[in-house]
Amino acid sequence: MKRLFPILAVLTALMLGYAVYQALVVAPTERTMGDVQRIFYYHVPSAWTAFLLFFVNLVASVAYLVKRNPKVDALAMVSAEVGVVFCTVVLVTGPIWARPVWGIWWTWDVRLTSTLVLWLIYVSYLLLRRFSDSAQAPALAAALAIFGALDIPLVYFSIWFFRTQHPQPVIGGGGSIDPRMWRVLLINWMAFLCFALLMCWSRYRLETMRREVEEAQALESLLGDDRGPSAEIRNPKVALNRSGQ
Amino acid sequence: MKNFEYLLAAWIAVWAVFFFYQINLGRRFAKLRDEVERLKQQIQLLS
Repeated sequence: MKRLFPILAVLTALMLGYAVYQALVVAPTERTMGDVQRIFYYHVPSAWTAFLLFFVNLVASVAYLVKRNPKVDALAMVSAEVGVVFCTVVLVTGPIWARPVWGIWWTWDVRLTSTLVLWLIYVSYLLLRRFSDSAQAPALAAALAIFGALDIPLVYFSIWFFRTQHPQPVIGGGGSIDPRMWRVLLINWMAFLCFALLMCWSRYRLETMRREVEEAQALESLLGDDRGPSAEIRNPKVALNRSGQ
Repeated sequence: MKNFEYLLAAWIAVWAVFFFYQINLGRRFAKLRDEVERLKQQIQLLS
């Protein structure tokens, strides 16, 4: 598996380079919006990747609540964190695209607001994981993830059910897209998926390592309580026991 | 090139987000490696 990581890294770098070339050079220029429409090739694949990662987080969270497997819990955490990174890309590129096209950076319509709420939910999830030392934190986070995932269909279908500033879907929503644009979009999505997989892989390694270090630290503090020179200072009972011996 | 500056800004923003996340991951890895080294030294001292 360790050999596979550099191969995937090189493959991802090549795919990302090819995707950039396709998005900026090969894809046809949109007639009304001009070159700014090329943001589409970053904005949409990022959103799809974030949705997929949040879905993985949902599945892993449910699995954790059922089986209490720490590896599944680590997967849930990793997918949420990388999902937040891609969701951040969506929230950053959206306003940059909106400004020249709509004349505004932001509007509180259903699609934009629900996406912001989705991002806030998963940021809360990560904060809970980061700052809670409670043994119940993984279960609480899993429950939060399940509620958070309810927002995903709302984000996705909001432009179908509500009149929004955000355009109607050109894919699967009755609209049309130039086949060359569709091809470039898929290439970019594939490249982003590989990049997301790579990020999840390194983050999972980091998480496994962090948990092992935490276990070692706990063991160290236990040993320190029993044998360490500062044990008496930290725990007076140890000093009393030693003086008793 | 119509509205090219916005496209450039978005492109930079996308890669800035990814870049900062990678930097953050690298820092966390480095911090953990330091901690592993410290723990190894502690084990050697204890044994």
